Amino acid sequence: MSALLSIDRLRVELPAAKKGMRTVIHDVSLDVQAGEAVGLVGESGSGKSMTTRAVMRLLPEGARLSGEIRFDGISIPGMDRRALRRWRATRVGMIFQDPRAHINPVRTIGDFLFEGVMLDGRLSTSQARERISHLMRAVGIADVDRRLNQYPHELSGGLLQRVMIAAALTTEPELLLADEPTTALDVTTQEEVIAIIDELRRERGLAMLFITHDLDLAAAVCGRIAVMYAGSIVEEQKADALGLATSHPYTKGLLAARPELGRRERRLQTIEGRPISAFEVGDGCAFATRCPRVRDRCRQERPAPTQVPGGRVACHFIDFIDAAAGSPAVGSGGGTR
Amino acid sequence: MSVLQVAPKPDSREITSWGARFDGPTTVACVIVVVFTLAAVFAPVIAPYDPTQVDPSAVYQGPSVAHLLGTDNTGRDILSRLLHGARSSLLGPAIVVLIAAVVGTVIAVSAAWIGGRFDAFVSRALDVIFAFPGLILAIVAVAVIGPGLLAPAAALSISYIPYIARVLRTAAIRQRNLPYIAALEVQGFGAVAICVRHLVPNLLPLLIVQATVSYGYALLDLSAISFLGLGTQPPTPEWGLMVANGQSSIIAGHVEQSLYAGLTILVAVVAFNVLGQGLAKAFMGDDR
Repeated sequence: MSALLSIDRLRVELPAAKKGMRTVIHDVSLDVQAGEAVGLVGESGSGKSMTTRAVMRLLPEGARLSGEIRFDGISIPGMDRRALRRWRATRVGMIFQDPRAHINPVRTIGDFLFEGVMLDGRLSTSQARERISHLMRAVGIADVDRRLNQYPHELSGGLLQRVMIAAALTTEPELLLADEPTTALDVTTQEEVIAIIDELRRERGLAMLFITHDLDLAAAVCGRIAVMYAGSIVEEQKADALGLATSHPYTKGLLAARPELGRRERRLQTIEGRPISAFEVGDGCAFATRCPRVRDRCRQERPAPTQVPGGRVACHFIDFIDAAAGSPAVGSGGGTR
Repeated sequence: MSVLQVAPKPDSREITSWGARFDGPTTVACVIVVVFTLAAVFAPVIAPYDPTQVDPSAVYQGPSVAHLLGTDNTGRDILSRLLHGARSSLLGPAIVVLIAAVVGTVIAVSAAWIGGRFDAFVSRALDVIFAFPGLILAIVAVAVIGPGLLAPAAALSISYIPYIARVLRTAAIRQRNLPYIAALEVQGFGAVAICVRHLVPNLLPLLIVQATVSYGYALLDLSAISFLGLGTQPPTPEWGLMVANGQSSIIAGHVEQSLYAGLTILVAVVAFNVLGQGLAKAFMGDDR
């Protein structure tokens, strides 16, 4: 079965401040099936946003891209301007981190949405109006008519993000890219916005690539989760298997570092060392500088993603880790390949 | 967590009270500009005399009730000539600024949008135009096309393009890199649609300020050209022309015509400059 969105050995290099290029994404491969939600989790600078930017062809000037990104079999880097515009307008929607920065401050909400709907080109004015008010209600905005006449600065962050969700859905896309859609919102609004995204996604059978640094959040809304570290995907797992069959030391470290409600802890566990940038990674494993189980081989040879039950893990010593962790991995056959 | 730079958001106080944010000088300048414009529009109605009516029996009359600002060397009423002169004196700069603003905006936005070599080429081309003084360009245009209002105005509008385009280009590049533009691109809008409907409206305050200040300078330049006898031709009244016409009378002790015409130009230019500064303050705050 071919995936709706298929990223194959994507590598992105950006021009460095002085000279030469810096690799920010190393051989990232990821598939999103139609109707499936995939979480892309990683810390700041791990390349998760850059990956979505590469998918949307929003890379900064001078960036070099290799590998392939396909949407429904069509190469995205190979699209000409017209095709790209058409694709962006009709088949994919994107929600951004900070809604206030991503909307033109001098135009009303109504103008903004109306313009987006009319991009489709198949709707009459009245149909467009109909769809807008329908969408506004779908994202939980009550007094539609009043909101349409307001300017972005008159809306709260949560409300504005709902508008952005509505805007992303205006042309009924098949894929939704959500780049940390709740990071700029306060906690109570976060929950509502996530619920709306999740519900609308399920209703419409949308595929979604959900970018976040919150593992639990990703696990809650996504079926599958890919963990990124320093420009590489270190692990890809079914969301419900993540806590149990985790095999990559980085993911283990992340999960161990979470505080838990109702458990008193003297000190939170941490991952030793500092997070490194993608361009600092040498020939070896990206996590080699911080891995508690690092061996010589890790420093010299980059581990290829290995199939494990439920997903893929990029580590040389999966067997060993599984055995050492001794976790009763659900659905994993004892760490065999 | 990364905090993104948010586009300056207008709070409602700013929107509703631009007028209230004008300081004293700006308000005065605004009133002067409005009065001058009204004078130009309604000159035939409010002027007490025909501006071209020669009256040999009333030459060099000082200010009186009949002639508030006196008469010139051929007995024409100076006030009437000033009022009618406002028409060509204010129309010329308007043409200059209009052409320069439209062309300048198109150039600035396309340079900012396309970037790269095109931007570099456009920027250098603007520098080249910048190197030619507007007056010289206008004189060349008069030499080629002939005297009148249009030739110098057309030439000046070319030399005013850099004043508008250079400032707008910088602002357009800043806007171009704001996230909302990227969001529109992702929605599938074409470059022209984004520029026309989103980018340019966000540049408007700056454009208005720049156009207002340029208007003052264009007025000064066009008056200078008329003063040299290359612009509007007599007997059409025009301020720069009146300063020139009055020259010969100064020796005879009759300074009125040159003085009043010169003062009018001075007041108009200063008013447009102050208004431009005031608008800039009102639109962009003190920290522009």
